[in-house]
Amino acid sequence: MSKFTSLKSTAALAGIILPLAWSGVAWAQDAVNLRMTIWSANEAHLALFNEIAASFKADNPNVTVTFEPIPFDNYTTTLTTQIAGGNAPDLAWIFETSAADFVNSGALFPLTDTLSNAEGYDLADVSTGPLELWSKDGTLYAYPFSTSPFGVFVNNDVITAAGAQTPAEMIAAGTWTWDNAIATAEALAASGKSGLIIRDFDYKTWQNLTSVYAGWGAAPWSEDGRTCTFTEQPMVDAMSFIHDAIFTKKAMPGPGETADFFAGDAAMTVTQISRASLLPKENAFDWDLVPLPAGPAGEYAMIGQAAIGVFAASPNAQVAADFLGYMTNPENSAKLSQFFPSARQSLLTAEALGKTNPLLSPEQLDAVVINGITNGKVIPGHTGFAQIQQTVRAGLDSLWVADADVPAVMASICDSINPMLMR
Amino acid sequence: MTTATTPRKRPFWTIERRDAIAGYTFVAPQLIGTVVFVLIPLGLVFWYSLHEWNVLANSFNFVGDANYQLLLRDPQLPRVLTASAIFSAGLAVLNMSLALLLAVLLDQKLRGIVVFRTLFFSPVVVSLVAWTIVWSFLLQNNGGINGFLQMIGIQGPNWLREPGTAMVSVIVVQVFKNVGLNMILFLAALQGVPKELYEAARVDGASAWKQFRRITVPMISPTILLTSIITIVGSLQVFAQIAVLTQGGPGVSTTVLVYYLYQQAFQFHYFGYGSTLSILLFLIVAVLTFVQWQLRKRIVFYEN
Repeated sequence: MSKFTSLKSTAALAGIILPLAWSGVAWAQDAVNLRMTIWSANEAHLALFNEIAASFKADNPNVTVTFEPIPFDNYTTTLTTQIAGGNAPDLAWIFETSAADFVNSGALFPLTDTLSNAEGYDLADVSTGPLELWSKDGTLYAYPFSTSPFGVFVNNDVITAAGAQTPAEMIAAGTWTWDNAIATAEALAASGKSGLIIRDFDYKTWQNLTSVYAGWGAAPWSEDGRTCTFTEQPMVDAMSFIHDAIFTKKAMPGPGETADFFAGDAAMTVTQISRASLLPKENAFDWDLVPLPAGPAGEYAMIGQAAIGVFAASPNAQVAADFLGYMTNPENSAKLSQFFPSARQSLLTAEALGKTNPLLSPEQLDAVVINGITNGKVIPGHTGFAQIQQTVRAGLDSLWVADADVPAVMASICDSINPMLMR
Repeated sequence: MTTATTPRKRPFWTIERRDAIAGYTFVAPQLIGTVVFVLIPLGLVFWYSLHEWNVLANSFNFVGDANYQLLLRDPQLPRVLTASAIFSAGLAVLNMSLALLLAVLLDQKLRGIVVFRTLFFSPVVVSLVAWTIVWSFLLQNNGGINGFLQMIGIQGPNWLREPGTAMVSVIVVQVFKNVGLNMILFLAALQGVPKELYEAARVDGASAWKQFRRITVPMISPTILLTSIITIVGSLQVFAQIAVLTQGGPGVSTTVLVYYLYQQAFQFHYFGYGSTLSILLFLIVAVLTFVQWQLRKRIVFYEN
């Protein structure tokens, strides 16, 4: 090929490609592609999200929303790596434990104006308690679409086979306390089944133990988040109780032991009600869902939260916020609440919840869900939570041995995390 | 036939130029790969290590040597480096001695020996994560290994949850995974040792041990050097096994440098400090390789 022919063909090629590219640019200005990262890959969840996105597109033909599931285990790590790589999504689910990091960082787009002005949204309908964690200086930065209370799932078959008292019997007798719950779990030890499992704790995710130690009125750090309170008496008592239940009474699976309640391996498990979907359809057992037992500090409730935030850096942040307003309007919140309990007061009735949670009885919904969302405390979070979590995890490892010195372990945990809490 | 009186103009495409173009074209894929995936990232990591990078707040501020100062003051770092040293030393010693032992045992002309060689090599081609996950089930307190020990009346330790046994478990899982590779390298080296040397030694009345010490080891010393470099450099990069088996626990007893780096950068979002740690790792690997290469002159035997 001579120099001239190659020049000519290059020019011809450019003549074809450049106009195409320009028209592409013009087209791309109109179309808005939104990407939301989520940690559920559940098909039913995705089908519902896609349905909501499709009806949003019907009103806004230029907006396409795609959902990108990221595995639960390293969700936040993957998300922040995407952000670091300059590939942040437009919207993202956020865990309650990293709420402080995201809300305080300035990474999120303020939502209050968009949501209060959205037609038919009625932001005042949302309980204020669940919004607290996601607000800063009166502005909402992420919307808690899922407010899921902790309860105790019970396998009555296993308990009656061991001749122990069921939680329902204890509730009727007014004796549903942690001491009695562990007594029932202990009775299982000889049967080869596990007693009580704190789901997803696994001697690593210690913040899930909040569902237990909150019954002692204990918390990992002070209200303002600046002082470690592991050394205070309620926490020492609660941890001693847990240690005793594991190593002396064998009422909970020990470190490095696995058991799955939903496979029928255990008498009870403490988890969020959204796990009801794991109850077996075949080989079903006689199950129950009851509130958390009372601790020495009285009755209490716990909720886990997940929120959706819009990234301020997104070129389409306002459109993304509009979509969030659509996704969580009263109508769509009702649809979402079959998987993700809504904090909207209008949806917090046994009747409304019953429609979307056919597995649960009105009594269960009232005792666990409505009471939980109304009165529940959120799992503790903190700025820089991942590092604090990891440091406490490493410190607690010396608690999970048979002859642990509880106060000494608690003191060493406070020594290591106090500087981090002050930051 | 006439001779040219004016010198002919030298053509642009001389043989040298053509050869050079061809040569560069051949090395280009490798060169581009190294530049894009090794040299540029290496430069960027050094650049990041001079900054405090808050991903969420989108701030990227020059802090000079602050991250390197932090390296000196980090209370965790001595423990992390100790864990790395224990892991690397344990792995290198166990891996190399087991590989050599297996190679000597398998260097025989017996029927079916190929089957054993294949068996010992097979873990090398198994997916690392799948291998580690299966071991994590076996090593659980109520898992397969303790179940077996119970059958013969021994109460096994809680392998992955006690500081001493957790490190041993991680090392052994890694050794079993990769020992086959070193074994094959040793086997090839053993088969390259001239048989006359052994014959001569036997005539002189040397014992089997003496033959091994005085003939086998010197003759395969280049391979010993190679495998030791590969094994130690590889051991400093261990990550998946730690992430799957112990997540650095119990306490920080199995938090090796790469895992600590991952925690700082990707879990705690300190990308600047994480980059500084990776510079430290790079220097450690470079120094170790240099030292081993220098030792070659003193201890490795080359025929010519």
